[in-house]
This record gives sequence, C-alpha cells and structure tokens, in this order.
Amino acid sequence: MAGALTTQTQYETVIGLEVHVQLKTQTKLFCACSTQFGVEQNQNTCPICLGMPGVLPVLNRQAVEYGILAGLALNCGIALITKFDRKQYFYPDLPKGYQISQYDLPVCHDGYLEIMGQKIRILRAHLEEDAGKLVHAGAAGLAGSTHSLVDLNRAGVPLLEIVSQPDMRSSEQARLYAETLRNIVRYLGVCDGNLEEGSMRVEANVSIRPLGSETYGTKTELKNMNSFRSIQKAIDYEVARQTELIDSGERVIQESRLWNEATGTTASMRSKEEAHDYRYFPDPDLRPLEISPEWVERIRQAMPELPLQRLNRLQEEFGLSEYDASVLVELKELGDFFDEAVEHTSHYKALTNWLMGDITAYLKNNHKNLEDTRLTPKNLALMVQMVDSNQISSAIAKKILPDLIETGTAPDMLVKEKGLIQNSDESQIQQICQQVIVENAEEVAAFRSGKEKLFGFFVGQVMKASRGTANPEVVNRLMRELLKG
Amino acid sequence: MNEQSQEGALALHQRIQAGELSALEVLDNTFATIEKLDPQIEAFNCLTKDFAYKTAEEVDKAIKAGQRLPLLAGVPLALKDNIHLKGVKTTCSSKILENYVAPFNATVTNKLCEHMIPVVGKTNLDEFAMGSSTENSAFRKTKNPWDLSRVPGGSSGGSAAAVASGQTFISLGSDTGGSVRQPAALCGTVGLKPTYGLVSRYGLVAFASSLDQISPFASNVQDIAAVLQVISGADPLDSTSLQNVPPMDYLASLDKPIEGLKVGYITELLEAGLQPDTKAAIESAMKTFESLGAKVEPVSLPNLRYAIASYYIIATAEASSNLARYDGVRYGSRLNADKDILQMYLSTRAQGFGDEVKRRIMLGTFSLSSGYYEAYYGKAQKVRQLITNDFKNAFNQFDLLLGPTSPTTAFKIGEKSSDPVEMYLSDIATIPVNLAGIPAISIPCGFDQQHLPIGLQLIGPHLSEAVLLQAASAFESKTSLKNLHPQTLASV
Repeated sequence: MAGALTTQTQYETVIGLEVHVQLKTQTKLFCACSTQFGVEQNQNTCPICLGMPGVLPVLNRQAVEYGILAGLALNCGIALITKFDRKQYFYPDLPKGYQISQYDLPVCHDGYLEIMGQKIRILRAHLEEDAGKLVHAGAAGLAGSTHSLVDLNRAGVPLLEIVSQPDMRSSEQARLYAETLRNIVRYLGVCDGNLEEGSMRVEANVSIRPLGSETYGTKTELKNMNSFRSIQKAIDYEVARQTELIDSGERVIQESRLWNEATGTTASMRSKEEAHDYRYFPDPDLRPLEISPEWVERIRQAMPELPLQRLNRLQEEFGLSEYDASVLVELKELGDFFDEAVEHTSHYKALTNWLMGDITAYLKNNHKNLEDTRLTPKNLALMVQMVDSNQISSAIAKKILPDLIETGTAPDMLVKEKGLIQNSDESQIQQICQQVIVENAEEVAAFRSGKEKLFGFFVGQVMKASRGTANPEVVNRLMRELLKG
Repeated sequence: MNEQSQEGALALHQRIQAGELSALEVLDNTFATIEKLDPQIEAFNCLTKDFAYKTAEEVDKAIKAGQRLPLLAGVPLALKDNIHLKGVKTTCSSKILENYVAPFNATVTNKLCEHMIPVVGKTNLDEFAMGSSTENSAFRKTKNPWDLSRVPGGSSGGSAAAVASGQTFISLGSDTGGSVRQPAALCGTVGLKPTYGLVSRYGLVAFASSLDQISPFASNVQDIAAVLQVISGADPLDSTSLQNVPPMDYLASLDKPIEGLKVGYITELLEAGLQPDTKAAIESAMKTFESLGAKVEPVSLPNLRYAIASYYIIATAEASSNLARYDGVRYGSRLNADKDILQMYLSTRAQGFGDEVKRRIMLGTFSLSSGYYEAYYGKAQKVRQLITNDFKNAFNQFDLLLGPTSPTTAFKIGEKSSDPVEMYLSDIATIPVNLAGIPAISIPCGFDQQHLPIGLQLIGPHLSEAVLLQAASAFESKTSLKNLHPQTLASV
C-alpha cells in the first residue's frame, strides 16, 4: 500500500453546510413591513420589527408556505405541528433581545440532496427572522470606527435555515451542494439565491479526521463566503490549515472563522468555547402552528419544475446535449426563455446556440440581464426561422441581434427597415459578380493561374457590394461558374 | 369625592345619552375630583386632559346631532400606565421608560376611542406590573383610599385606587397573577380577569406573555360587564387572542337568577394563612349563595400548592425575555453612551430597572439557562398543566368555584416590601387562575374589623364570563355591597 510507505497521515475532510435563504415574501415574517432591498436605512420598519414595548408578532403564512415548498423539494418531512422559539442574546442589531426562530420542532426535517452520486442528508430546515445590520462609522471598517449605526430594514425578514448533516467529503462537493440548493430555491421562486447581496448565506462546518476514523475532528465554522467559488476556496484553505496544525502536533480550536477573499485566508472571529447560552424557550406570543396534510398536498401540487426535472426534459424532449441542457438549467432565465421560444420554432439546437453563444456574450459585454432587455422568445424564434428558411443569412442575423435585443422590434421588421432581406435573385447577383471580376482583373488572372485561395476574396467582395444581403450559396455557385470563364 | 360616582358608570352614561348631563360637565367634575383627591392618593402618573376633552366634545357633538351613543360613551376612564395611548408617555412606572412616548394605540385603547370613552390619565403600577402593592413604582407610592397608610394592592394599584376613591368610574389594569383582582379586593372595587385571549394584548407592555390579560375595574358588576363588552374581541394583531368566540351580550344575562348553580369552594384556599375576618366573610358569602338557591360544596384542587413556585418560574422566565429589549439602543433611557456597548448595556439596565424587576430578570434568566431548563422551566410547565387539569376536573362537578381573592386585607405600606417571598404569597389565591387561563372576578364581600374591604373571588371555566358576572351580580344585589367609596375621603 502506497500510504504505508510514508509516515504522513491521510485525512478525510468532513463538511456540513448551514445555508440561510432569504424568502422572497412581500412582507416580513412577523409584521407588515416591506422586504424590499436597497431602500433608505430604517425605512422598512414599524413598531413591531423595531421591538417597541407592547408589540406582538403575527406569523406570515406565505413564509410558511415557502418553507414547506422548499422542504418538499429537498425531500424533507413536513412537521404536523411546528412552533416558534426565542433565541436570546444581546446585540444592537437584534431589536427584541431575542430572535424568533425554531428550536425543537422545525417546519421541515430529514431530507436529502444527491450530489456527485451521493446522498447528502439534510437534518432540518427552520424558519426564523433575520437581524438588522450594523454600519460602523468613523473609519473604513470595524477597526478604528468610533461608533456604529443600526439599520433595521432587514430585521424581521424571513429566512429558512437549511442545515445539512456532515456528509460532504470534499470542497467541490460542498460547492456543488450549495449551487444545487441555490438552483432549487430559485426554481421554486422562494429566494433570489444571491450570495453577493446576501439573500443566500452559506456557512461551512469543516473538520478533518484520519481516514477510516469513526469520530469527528474538532470543527471550525467558516463565514463570509460571497461566491460559490469562495466556498470551495475557503474550505480548501481551512483543510490545509487544519492539516498543518494537526501534523505539527497542535490542535484545532472550535471557533468561527471569517473568510477573507482578498488574502485567500481565514481568520478567527471569536471562540465558540465561550459561546452564548441562547436560553431557547417557546415564544408565548405565538401559538403552535398546525400544518394539515391537505395544506402540504396543495403546496406539493403547485410545485414548479425543479432543476433536475428540467435537465432531463430538455434532453428527452428537445434532444439537447447534456452540456447544453445543463447550461440552460444553471441559468434559469435562459432555460425559461428557451421554453417559451420553442413554442414558435422547432430548431432547438439553433435556438440553444444563439442563447448560449451570441446572446450570452452580448449580455456579458453590456453587463445586462436577459430580463432587463426587450428581447422576446418569439422574436428570437422568428429570427431562427428566417435563417433556416434562407430569408436572412447568419451574418445578417448577427447584425440585427443588438437591435433585436434592445428595441424589441420583430426580426422581419428589422431586416425590412434596414434593407437586409436576403437577395437570391440570380440576375442581380450575377451582375454584381461580373462587376467584381471586372474591377479585380489582376486577382482574376492570378486565380485562373492556380491561386484558388483567392476564391474567398471574390465572394467577400460580392457580399460587401451587396451589404451582406446576397445569398452566399448563390454567390458561391455563380462566382465559381463565372471564374471558370 | 365625585358625587356622580355614587351611581356608577352605566347610569352616568345613560344620563349623558338622555342629555341630562354633558360629557364636558362630567369631565370637569372628574378632573376637579382628581385635583382634590389625588395629591393624597397618588393614583395617577399623568393626566391626559387634552385627549379626554377632545373625546368629551365628540360625545356632546353626537348628542346634539341626535345620535345614539356607543356603550359607555362619555364615562371617564383611567388607564394603567403599561397600556399605550398614542402620543402619551407609557412609563410602566419604570425609570427606563420614564420618557417613552407611545407611538401607537393599544387595541383596547382603539376600542375606547370608538366608544368615545375619555381616558383621563395613566395610573401608577408596580414597575412593569411586577408586585402586589404598587410600592415597586419608580415614581410614587399609591395609597389605599380606605386607609392612606396602607397599600392599594398591586400591580394595578393606581387603577384600583382611582375607582375606589371615586376619581374615575372605571379603569383598566392588567392581571398576570392577580394584579387586578387583588387590588380590587384590597380597595373594595370589582375586578374581572377575563379568559386568556378574550381581550387583545396588543399595546399592553408585556410582563409575562402567557399570563397577562388586560382587565377592568369598576364599582359594581354591571359596569364591569359593560367595560368587558367594550374591550373584548378577537384581534388580528394578537396571535393569542381567541378567534371564533361567538359575540356575547354580557349585560343581558346579569339579572337572571342563579338557582341551582353549583358552586365549589376551594378547600385549599380556606385553610392556612387566611386572616380570620377574611375567612369569616368568605364563609358568610357561601351562605349568601346558598340563600340565592346555589348549591355550595367543598372541592379540592391538590396541585394548587405548587402554583406559586410554578408561577414564579414561568412568569420570570417570560419577563427576563420580554424585558431584554430595554437595552438603551433604540428608545428609553441610555446611560454611559460614550463607553463601549457592554458598558452602555450594563449601566442602562442596572440603573433603569428597580430591584424587583432585576430580581425577576435574574430568576428567569437562571431558570432558562442551559442545564437548568428542564429542572425549572420544563417542570413548571408540567405543573401548570396539572393545575389546569385540577380546574377542569373541578368544573366537571361545579359551575363556578369560590374562594378569597387575597388571604389578607390591605397591609401597611412598607410592611412586606423587605420580604419578597412574603409578598409573593399574597397572590396564592389569584395565581392559579392565570396559570389555567380561565376567568375570575373579585367582588366586595364585607369589611374586616378595621373597616378594610374584603374581596370574594369567583372562578369560572374557559369563557364563562357571562355566568361569572351573573353570579357576581346576584351576590351584589343580595348584599348591596356595591359602589363602595370610603366616606372619610369626602372631607379631604
């Protein structure tokens, strides 16, 4: 055995993820305040989410439905009776001095996701309210700041915390788990799944243990990963750090560590060993919530298509390659767009190529999202049809694409307006070809003496003279005949 | 004393409706009485004249326009200073909220507004409703109108004293472990704690959320029924308020006879610790009920002896959590603001809260702590269930239960304030009712040798307010113990 030759211990990585997804409800979890992002500080607040004396929480049923919907998609059991508990600690961004969360009866329990052919068990998914945000003032960051300002717009926004079992064994698997989860909640329409804006937050519990060991090593909790890539990088860094510690005879301290994207390292936040006693107890302001099987069934019936289902359908129904299908699944807007466009054309492959190629490139170059443009699935499908029926060439299609995207004008109108309809009139094209031959006598001579590579030059000249409208097939055929002389 | 108060709130309301008295006159009279009496009694933390006069003007305008007034319109009411009236301070008699102005109305306050009931002021209480004598107020010591050297009971001592002294006709308090019934007993007024959830808690500053209930005081049973009629009802803003309760007319059934009513007297509450005069008055009350045709028999609730222990774990646990929000960050007083956050928290809470509040926060924090939860909070919840079951069993046999409201009549100011446990024991008869979430009423049933009023407590099953009021009304008619006000005050 190779391992036996070295004294180096082989380690196994053990990862569990805690993912907070912000539920896309119109209003907060326990009051009627808006959840809109990016408004003026403390605009989305009321006495209830400010924790004023004398206020009471009223549960947002939509948030519960979203929680159940997500739980069903994650193969979870849904509780028949769920309840809310107070998690108590003092912090200036926590108005009541406690967070309303769920302790021992979460709304969803015991689910799983399949990642890289392995079942990753989900322990629970529970509802809770978000805290506010501190803005440190008087300096660039927390360090050196003279005071802090409290913004409570986010306080009370509903979150679903999805807790996995420590079943993942590599950073790649953890990243894929997070990406899969993101896709699912986006497909369900319950969360934006935006790591940068914080509508989805991933914390990773990471430990290592000698390969074959049954007991877990001491874990650290990694926070502040703002992209899927950084989840993987942070775990890789942490595994290396822990390996080095243990190999050098030191021990891993159980603590929270903050990922620093700039330096590519993690740093200790505070020791969990002096952790809070949260003094959970059932919130007496909220009665336990009974969830009827009929309610769950109604939600199940209304469940939209999930990513895995779309992946299979795109391949089976439209014959797309696994790769193409996976791109359309990954970028949900593209997939949705595709599904609408196929109502108007059966050239699935061409449609996919346009979406994944020129359109994606255009959006990227112009820093736009598909939904911010005026491109409609029908217009794209029409353009694909026009190319297929030789009404326009691919080159012309590429030419009109920006206008198709920006103006929303139908492709047939666009080519008409611009005079770009493909010309297949042989007598007209022949005229142009002859003129090109007359004007380029030297090249003609060279061609006829064997420089056949020049053929492309003649075609190019014709296309140029016709502003691209000449049917390339016709040009090719006629030019070849004329050059033969 | 206000002469109008001899007739009671409903009678006054009817005279306003009939045009015999204007709401403005009534209010002038009320404030004149308050000015005369309250320097002695100290029932009020503040007066709300602007609000009251505005409401009275509305009433008089409605009368001029020939409109039919809503129930109790024009009758001055005093509001415990832990219930919000928008734009007016809600201090909870605590330094930490000394300058806190309520940004919204409590649901009950909105109902008072709809009924054009003028709120004349906010009344004193034990800080955050924690106490049985109103001595724990950070601002003043309210006196018992029957003997100014004695406490009015608590925590709603201000609201009880305001009604007992005839300063207002009706008032609202909050009852968490007896905070309305006990001061009603000690002040010779009527106090009703409704079924948990019958009256919205929205806008009542929470002490112990699973026990708190806004509760009325009045000088007679009919007036109590009228106030309950006004303040009860489901509230979408309070998830614990009872939905689907059929609308009740609490006034309609008051005069019905109670012949054949089965009344159980709770043996545990008539045993040790009861003042002899109180015991005699309760026994006499039992005879009165028999004379009214009720069957009175003993009943035992064996788990009542665990009620105080259970209560002081549950109530303090909830209080420790409910009072965490007073951290100096968003509102209320803030001390050591120039120091770091921990110093600010510590100073604000150390100096903002009084001793009893701090004692309860510490007790509650301890009993919820990791490793102690099951032994304390978990067990207390189980005991609470046992007590609830005791009541259920008793109500299988009886329509109502009977006992004293308080083991003693009003005690001297300072007499018990150095011994918290002694003070806690004065709630022995009232606490079990809150734990079970059921309704109970305290009505005057006599006086002790020092002419201090004695309270009789009637307890009913879930949502039995109509029967409770009916029985209380029958007792009151028979004994004529109503609209009691100390005559000595007239000469003040």
